[in-house]
Amino acid sequence: MGTNVKDKEQGHFNAVPDNRGHFGPYGGRFVAETLMTPLAELEAAYEEYKVDPAFQAEFYNDLAHYVGRPSPLYFAERLTELWGGARIFLKREDLNHTGAHKINNTIGQALLAKRMGKTRIIAETGAGQHGVASATIAARLGLECVVYMGAEDIQRQSPNVYRMRLLGATVVPVTSGSRTLKDALNEALRDWVTNVDDTFYIIGTVAGPHPYPQIVRDFQTVIGKEAREQMLEQYNTLPDALVACVGGGSNAIGLFHPFLGDEGVAIYGVEAGGHGVDTGMHSAPLSAGKPGVLHGNRTYLMESEAGQIIETHSISAGLDYPGVGPEHAWLKDEGRVQYVSVTDDEALAAFHLTTRKEGIIPALETSHAMAFAEKLAPTMAKEQSIIINLSGRGDKDINTIARIEGIEL
Amino acid sequence: MSRIKTRFDALKVKNEKALISYVTAGDPHPKHTVSIMHALVEAGTDLIEVGVPFSDPMADGPVIQKACERALKYDTSLADILQMVKDFRKNDQDTPIILMGYQNPIEIYGVERFAEDAKGLVDGVITVDLPPEECAEINQFYREVDIDSIFLMAPTTDISRIRRISEMASGFLYYVSFKGITGANSLDIGSVSSKLSEIRSVTELPLAVGFGIKDAETAAAVAAVADAVVVGSAIVSLIAANQEDMPTALKEVKSLLQGIKSALDNAGSI
Repeated sequence: MGTNVKDKEQGHFNAVPDNRGHFGPYGGRFVAETLMTPLAELEAAYEEYKVDPAFQAEFYNDLAHYVGRPSPLYFAERLTELWGGARIFLKREDLNHTGAHKINNTIGQALLAKRMGKTRIIAETGAGQHGVASATIAARLGLECVVYMGAEDIQRQSPNVYRMRLLGATVVPVTSGSRTLKDALNEALRDWVTNVDDTFYIIGTVAGPHPYPQIVRDFQTVIGKEAREQMLEQYNTLPDALVACVGGGSNAIGLFHPFLGDEGVAIYGVEAGGHGVDTGMHSAPLSAGKPGVLHGNRTYLMESEAGQIIETHSISAGLDYPGVGPEHAWLKDEGRVQYVSVTDDEALAAFHLTTRKEGIIPALETSHAMAFAEKLAPTMAKEQSIIINLSGRGDKDINTIARIEGIEL
Repeated sequence: MSRIKTRFDALKVKNEKALISYVTAGDPHPKHTVSIMHALVEAGTDLIEVGVPFSDPMADGPVIQKACERALKYDTSLADILQMVKDFRKNDQDTPIILMGYQNPIEIYGVERFAEDAKGLVDGVITVDLPPEECAEINQFYREVDIDSIFLMAPTTDISRIRRISEMASGFLYYVSFKGITGANSLDIGSVSSKLSEIRSVTELPLAVGFGIKDAETAAAVAAVADAVVVGSAIVSLIAANQEDMPTALKEVKSLLQGIKSALDNAGSI
């Protein structure tokens, strides 16, 4: 592959967002006036620290010694054999401290918060992984932490709720709207607008107003940078395909971004198809939604004809969100990433398969990526390879799985 | 000339302050909205803000969130609201009407189509999540049909943003009295007063103050420094408390607003 061509191509993808936070027609900063100045301050701080060697050194030191990076790139031999096509590699973000990719971003943002002199952090959470990661870093840095979580999600992710409380965070149940992640985000924004002087809002995904989609992406690209290096070092080649699940899309953009310029790498984002995208009971805005404005950015949304956000459904709390990061919306329109969906049932089957064949219990979110890889691998040659982002571990989901299967724990 | 400017000019001549009353369209049921609007005017309202319900009202407190939920139970849409305004205009050609809400329902309706359909009926639009940075094109459509773009300013808005916003705004400016959501209780008259002086140093537009004005006392204090006060959650709370009994709801809303209006008249004549 010609390096010059690749560099040029990657440059195209590195050029977004523009200085107003736009990814083509998507992104931007659609918030109430009170937040405009704080967002400008955050942007200025980020621009300063992202090129500050001391900040970068502290960030990478924490990733190495607190998170345990680099995470392994693991060759899944048994799944490869079973699926009978491309070689399967798993990027083991589940082995990170706290059990998912979320910690990469929370460390980055918490270090920013500290440098900006903020003493209180707030976060929204769906599956609870981002809440746990935020509570963890707050405990370590001695910051107050308040996590907003939909009342519905509190039910289905109770182990993570208890973890957050153990870590000293206050978990606030959100009972408005659909009582899930989107409502938690609304409530976190309401908190931020009220306590903006001392509070830093750690957004957990590549959505929200500019500069969040960019900040979260930049902190998460450590996943893709490592995977690219590991593949080249260990196998002297680039992968032929990448697969990651997409809710808001932070683990996906983290893996995808460093490969966007690699023309030969096919990239697949897997949305939550719920009961099926033709049933209306799903969380797949890129597959079956249309553009609109929510939570500070313009992106694909699940919405009614009248522009109201509609209730979504997914077996996985972390994917149960009606929007998606604006960069994914742009990458879809650009045609660089293909967005597909798998159903609850397919994800559940892949959950069991991965657990039994590889001895790795994947998160239900991650299981969506596994389920799509199961379809993709047999269509590819044995010499080819797929990297799947094993974005989180499934311990948090065992109550949900047991309940679905009628087992009392 | 828009009804908004006409109304503010007339009040200025009389040395009076404007009472702006807010109601969420479709709450508690779409059939009540037009009669509530007329009741607001009878009680002394000078301009009406009609809330366009949204599923995710992220700048609003629980009172208006619940009003949105009630209205959306009946699928109150932007198209329905334009029809309500049309019905209201049969009996009231003069009271300025400002639609207040979030961008998505307008975006899905189509901004250009909305501006066309709202022409002559609606006088101003406040889109809470549409700062000047995102609205250059959108504003153009409103300007073409003489709908004022009314912007919010906040305690966090610095002088350079105040200048920028003033340049894009028309009708009046809406100052959010504290950092927070609608219906909260944190209004500090000293800080409102000093911020309004800063805003007045760069604009001639009338200044309205909203968020946290619940009664005659706070209204009078704010009116001493502002051109208009906005009452929202206090009205919506009374409607919510009496949703099964509209005559009582209207009676209580009128009594609240009459008290506020007379406090404003006293403040205006000081």
